[in-house]
Amino acid sequence: MSTAYKTVRDITGPLLMVEGVEGVTYDELCEVELVNGDRRLGKVLEAREGLAVIQLFESTQGASTAGTKVRFLGRTFEIGVSEDMLGRMFNGSGHPIDGGPAVIPEKKLDINGAPINPFSREFPEDFIQTGISTIDVLNTLVRGQKLPIFSGAGLPHSQLAAQIARQARVLTSEEVETEGEAEYDPSKEKGKFAVVFGAMGVTFEEAQYFKQEFEKTGALSRAVLFINTADNPVVERIATPRLALTAAEYLAYEKGYHVTVILTDMTNYCEALREVSAARKEVPGRRGYPGYLYTDLATIYERAGRIRGKEGSITQIPILTMPEDDVTHPIPDLTGYITEGQIRLDRGLHQKGIFPPVIPMGSLSRLKGKAQGEGVTRGDHSSMDAQLTAAYARGVEVRELAVILGESSLNDTDKAYLKFADRFEKEFIRQSEGDNRSIFESLSIGWDLLKELPKGELKRVKPEQIEKYMTSAPSNA
Amino acid sequence: MSNQPTIIKVAGPLVVAKGMGDAKMYEVVRVSKERLVGEVIELHGDEASIQVYEETSGIGPGEPVERTGETLSVELAPGLLTSIYDGIQRPLELIEKQANSAFISRGIEVPGIDRTKKWDFNATASSGDTVVGGDILGTVQETTLIEHKIMVPPGISGTVKEVKSGSFNIEEIIAVIETEEGTKEICMLQRWPIRIPRPTKGKGIPSEPLPTGTRILDTLFPIAKGGAGAIPGPFGAGKTVTQQSLAKFCAAQVIVYIGCGERGNEMTEVLSEFPHLEDPNTGEPLMKRTILIANTSNMPVAAREASVYTGITLAEYYRDMGYDVALMADSTSRWAEAMREMSGRLEEMPGEEGYPAYLGSRTAGFYERAGIVDCLGTDGRRGSLTVIGAVSPPGGDFSEPVTQNTLRVTKVFWALDAKLAYKRHFPAINWLQSYSLYAENFTNYYDKEVAEGFARNREIAMQILQDESKLEEIVRLVGTDALSPKEQLTMETARMIREDFLFQNAFDNMDAYTSLKKQFRLLKAILMFMEVAGPIVEQEDFDFGKLQTLPVKEVIVRASFIPEDEMEEKFDAIEEQIRKELGALQVTGAPGKTSHEEPVTA
Repeated sequence: MSTAYKTVRDITGPLLMVEGVEGVTYDELCEVELVNGDRRLGKVLEAREGLAVIQLFESTQGASTAGTKVRFLGRTFEIGVSEDMLGRMFNGSGHPIDGGPAVIPEKKLDINGAPINPFSREFPEDFIQTGISTIDVLNTLVRGQKLPIFSGAGLPHSQLAAQIARQARVLTSEEVETEGEAEYDPSKEKGKFAVVFGAMGVTFEEAQYFKQEFEKTGALSRAVLFINTADNPVVERIATPRLALTAAEYLAYEKGYHVTVILTDMTNYCEALREVSAARKEVPGRRGYPGYLYTDLATIYERAGRIRGKEGSITQIPILTMPEDDVTHPIPDLTGYITEGQIRLDRGLHQKGIFPPVIPMGSLSRLKGKAQGEGVTRGDHSSMDAQLTAAYARGVEVRELAVILGESSLNDTDKAYLKFADRFEKEFIRQSEGDNRSIFESLSIGWDLLKELPKGELKRVKPEQIEKYMTSAPSNA
Repeated sequence: MSNQPTIIKVAGPLVVAKGMGDAKMYEVVRVSKERLVGEVIELHGDEASIQVYEETSGIGPGEPVERTGETLSVELAPGLLTSIYDGIQRPLELIEKQANSAFISRGIEVPGIDRTKKWDFNATASSGDTVVGGDILGTVQETTLIEHKIMVPPGISGTVKEVKSGSFNIEEIIAVIETEEGTKEICMLQRWPIRIPRPTKGKGIPSEPLPTGTRILDTLFPIAKGGAGAIPGPFGAGKTVTQQSLAKFCAAQVIVYIGCGERGNEMTEVLSEFPHLEDPNTGEPLMKRTILIANTSNMPVAAREASVYTGITLAEYYRDMGYDVALMADSTSRWAEAMREMSGRLEEMPGEEGYPAYLGSRTAGFYERAGIVDCLGTDGRRGSLTVIGAVSPPGGDFSEPVTQNTLRVTKVFWALDAKLAYKRHFPAINWLQSYSLYAENFTNYYDKEVAEGFARNREIAMQILQDESKLEEIVRLVGTDALSPKEQLTMETARMIREDFLFQNAFDNMDAYTSLKKQFRLLKAILMFMEVAGPIVEQEDFDFGKLQTLPVKEVIVRASFIPEDEMEEKFDAIEEQIRKELGALQVTGAPGKTSHEEPVTA
């Protein structure tokens, strides 16, 4: 066993300064033994000649400069992975917390992973049907995408994420060919599916909600859970998403699973990062967050995608709550610059009692281009997307105008837009948590709503599509 | 032994080593037993701070540092085009092969350009010629699109002793030059340090536009060949789509596209799409004129800092051959952030928002490498390098340091607007905020090369859009009814300009590229509609609704889809239809009919 150093000089926040060390390397894992025999893990943040700065993954409570022993382990933070992780629950250090035995690892992997060579990536283009109209039609989710949910405190992001995890699937070729006439036959679907869930600093109740959701639907047996609740050590939060993604990468790229990774709540993660940065007395960037927040978030979000020649994929759905619903706050802002779009939840819609309160303005899926249309979903998909979004935006504008001028001062076209916007919210956006709409149903609702508008206003859909779908759409009134 | 450079500190991408007394600034070093690539960025007596271009975990004090004596340079030779590099010119394909994995591992050493491939070198100089740096010794057909010119390296001049045509790899000697300092053997491979601009004889004033095929850019806010432009915008407003569309369709001969700290999947899209896209001018795959540099956001941060310099040096090299080169950097904010990160680790005194105080000078230095230049050499070649940088301001706030420092040095500003993007108006470039300081210089060019009246129509269109924003405020307060018929017509025309001219679908094959001539005809048709309708709407009791339902308006909506080769007659027909349908709205015998109609039909 390697030398144990008893030369702890300073302790500040989660950081330990150890003197007189030798052969320590950057990012190395170490074990800190307190006077009372407690053992805690930490990693090296800075390695100098004769001095190491260590960040503990747990609290430094009870640690003292005299008597605390530090042992360097000669390796970086690794996690043992195997397919047996499915159905299990771990804490932010990677230890099982479901009362079960330790997982016998098939392999040990560095939790930091390595960047995927852009040349080796495969461009994600498989449509995922979530059964939620606003996502499927307007903000199409694609296998291998990273699509965060921008939420706010008190909004139903957990329900939405759980619903996506529960309902997400790809279409079978029969369904596409017959435009939804053929019944869905699960046996025709290819591939294995798994959910990896990482919770950072969430409340016990929120963590339980997800666990029960997975249990209820039987998804738990194909899920891996990493839970760091609000009362767990702050620094463990920094490791939690990396543990989750390392497990996901193993399942996806070595075992061929299509993995959906849900990370909640990224805001807590960033706060933890800020806490450590402040303790290190680093020069802060915006709002006290470290200057490397972008790079750090990128090392998490970029661990999604597909790799050429590999069966599996990682689709990431991180959840973050925007402080004060402010999208320009550094956390949502930097996230938006890395992820391939965002699903934005809106307090106004939520207050109107509309679930899921996904607002088309401000929501976006950057990868939707290739996952919409003939042969993938249906020929009218992308025109419908553009038309509905543009019409709803206009309708909301008219609504604002009507507040000032009164509804009577609107012309007929504007009145039609107003009615469209109202119905759009009530019939298209709103759906219950159990409502699993096929993409074809969602498109039909869209066509039905477009009947509110004068034909001349339908500039984004093609005349032949109007001919084909407008007349055949069922009336939802 | 004591002089052997060794590491004394590791903190992320920053490594400090001692025993580096005689090291040079920006010298390349190999760090640790893993031989990670690093660059000296600060010297304190015997100690040197090194930024490392690869992940440093597992590296510790006491490990060796190896000096190379060279500054960070790129390799220049045939074989650059169609390549896909990381931030320090390592081909991603070779990295994959050597790592034998889809993940990038460390300490990989691969040459920037293939050493084994033989090229047909065709000598154009002959022995006995007197040559100076920049003179062309011969050519190599690098791809079907680009003839690579082998130039005498800058700083060498003398008499050609020997030059031979034939099949060579890039390290074989193709020429021998007798100089005052002795004979120099020249091979096709040259090197150039990335942080030093390649020399030229002089710079010129940009006077010609660089057509891009995007209507709002070419007609309203044109960029010059050799100009510098910035595209700032919040996320989701379409920076990347605009940059990619420029890379596909702009009229440059060589494209360097730098994905700097951006999304992996987006780079993959470029990588998978470009080989299949055709150059609209030649029909050849676009990849044959393109060099891609991909340093995604999760790749090491220091290499991100280097990637823009690597890219611009490669671009300058092709400029020196006399080509029009365009460089797209997406996004320069990530580059600035990489500087900030390194600066923070060096514990430098921060400037605004934690960015280093030298952010402004580095930004200016980068954009100043753009320009239209007289190339070195005696044949009077001119080349141009156009630089277009995307900026990602936090929260879409243009007052932040990176945007502001960029705007000080770029003459074209394409402001992306999230509100337009929400309405799915693309390209979401705000016509009231954006500007081009070059537009005035091009008046002559447009009237001569495109069509008489181009510059004037541009001014009219800008004026209408300005007027619209004022009228909109009135409408918001008191409603449409308060507007005079003329003002209503202005609103209507502005709407047509926005929806039928400025709106452009980058994903539609027919719509993505519009020639300057077609842009002119399309805008002309819309403006003509307004001109002809002017006197008609002013008739007493005119029902404005009639104007809105004219069939010709539907035709104008689809006019951007008219194929380029049928353009002239189709637009003639549209203009005819405008006259006819509007004429039918004329109340017979209404006063002023003849006096108004005459100038229009003339």
